[in-house]
Amino acid sequence: MMRIKAIAINTFREAIRDKILYSLLFFALLMIGASIFLGTLTIGEQMKIVKDVGLAAISLFGVLIAVFVGIGLVYKEIDKRTIYNILSKPVSRPVFLLGKYLGLVLTLIIEVALMSGVFLLTVFLMEHSIDPSLLKAVLLIFFELMVVTAIAILFSSFSTPVLSGMFTLGIYVIGHMTADLKLFGAKSGSGIAKAVTEILYYILPNFENFNIKGKVVHQIPVGWEYISLSMAYGFMYILGILFVSVVILQRRDFK
Amino acid sequence: MKVSSFRFQIPVKQLEHHAIVMAPDTRNLESKRKKSHFWTHNGGRGLSMALIETKNLSKEFRVGFRMKRVLALDDLNLEVEKGEIFGYIGPNGAGKTTTLKVIMGLIYPTSGNVKIFSKDVSDINVRAEMGFLPESPYFYDYLTAKEFLDFYAQLFSLKKKERTKRIEELLDMVDLRKAKDVQLRKFSRGMLQRIGLAQALINDPQLVVLDEPMSGLDPVGRSKIRNIILRLRDQGKTVFFSTHILSDVEMICDRVGILVGGKLRASGNLHELLEDRIRSIEITASRLGDKGIEQVQRIAKRTTIRDERVLITVDKKEDEQEVLRIIRKNKGELISLIPQRESLEDLFMEELLSV
Repeated sequence: MMRIKAIAINTFREAIRDKILYSLLFFALLMIGASIFLGTLTIGEQMKIVKDVGLAAISLFGVLIAVFVGIGLVYKEIDKRTIYNILSKPVSRPVFLLGKYLGLVLTLIIEVALMSGVFLLTVFLMEHSIDPSLLKAVLLIFFELMVVTAIAILFSSFSTPVLSGMFTLGIYVIGHMTADLKLFGAKSGSGIAKAVTEILYYILPNFENFNIKGKVVHQIPVGWEYISLSMAYGFMYILGILFVSVVILQRRDFK
Repeated sequence: MKVSSFRFQIPVKQLEHHAIVMAPDTRNLESKRKKSHFWTHNGGRGLSMALIETKNLSKEFRVGFRMKRVLALDDLNLEVEKGEIFGYIGPNGAGKTTTLKVIMGLIYPTSGNVKIFSKDVSDINVRAEMGFLPESPYFYDYLTAKEFLDFYAQLFSLKKKERTKRIEELLDMVDLRKAKDVQLRKFSRGMLQRIGLAQALINDPQLVVLDEPMSGLDPVGRSKIRNIILRLRDQGKTVFFSTHILSDVEMICDRVGILVGGKLRASGNLHELLEDRIRSIEITASRLGDKGIEQVQRIAKRTTIRDERVLITVDKKEDEQEVLRIIRKNKGELISLIPQRESLEDLFMEELLSV
């Protein structure tokens, strides 16, 4: 347990000293701030724009941070061979991976908290109140980011950073369209296409499960059953991905 | 010229490593020891058993797009015994690092097995008693020396108090106390190597495995590392290190293994390996008398007379015995007997060229 904690904290320490993190955070905050001015372009819908752009900024920059920092840290550990020092101690590979993952999650918590803080403050200054369902949206965004981080770790456990980045972003994009994918397959009329899209639908993460931004912005209520179900889905998915990563890492030779 | 100037004629390198003044009977003892194969003599610290033992270890890598097979280690049988400094030498690409990584569990063998403390290498608990310094290590740039060591100490689940104590000790040992709050990116190559060594010793391991610990260092840096290794042996630790700097091996190792092309070409006690390769023997005697000198001159390859003393150079062991007999018969005094061995470098080059 102490080993996981030590690795997690070390990862966190490294992440918050990374310059990419700050530049991404800077743009995220800039975008949230800019949403105020963007909102003034519309008549009567200003708050909707602020909330929509704000939540989108948290989600988008969160993903970018998760992908770049996540991939960078794991790959660097292997590439710069610092992993040799860790694995030559009584640290098993699953412990290493879990520590890395938790360290990245800790980084995510901090940055999501920071972005949400600025976002909620913006909303509060304009509306003088905060809709609690905004927090629900942020919570699910956080779960989405945790899944993305797990996928980033999976790819960087066997691939180069550039490829891992492309794969992860690709999966992120497709993951938002799996329902369309299934529909497309069903409508194509071809049995093979149907089977393939069906398989992809179940293998790929369905990121739309975490997307309640539209509903929240338009004040359509989202129940806690839905939230907890989505969280459970995310949790299971993360476990699955980390398990596969461990299996890959366990077999790997560190040449 | 005085007697002492003889000594200066002997190459300095030889003096450092091989200038052993031996009485004839100790030599016999040495050769008896050589016969006991399994229980090996290690630098006078008694008999012991293998801490690292590889049995028919082979490792095959698949490289490139076409997955061509490359045999990095070929049927390697290696034993490192408790309490010794074992130098693992070989040219670049011989498979030294691969061997070390298999021993540390970073690479899995294709066939054969590795036992450490008589346990299989896949058991991560064996690493609780091991320390490892990888080749040209890179460490987290933004950590200070102290934070860095603390991180690794935590991986051994040491308590805060123990950690602080151990870190202080190690910083002293590797002579980095002044730099303890400096970030590692500001360290020089030599300092990084030493902090790396401190990291390998954080758990006070019984077995220390070092990959090229002296490469890329200046003479002062190398001597610092050498001294630390010698100190570890004095504490009863076992040190296994790879290198291609032969003089370091000659200076500090008890035993060596020579690896060429993934195969172990020679291994054993450094002195025993070079024992059979005596080029000449230099005997110094005094008060030999004219008759003695005359007799000696008949067998010796060369004799040099300086005042009372005679420096006699002979080629063969039998001649050596004969000279000793003459000295005794003429009531002369034996001052020194120095076998001029081939250096490790000669042996190394021979092994390399014989492939």
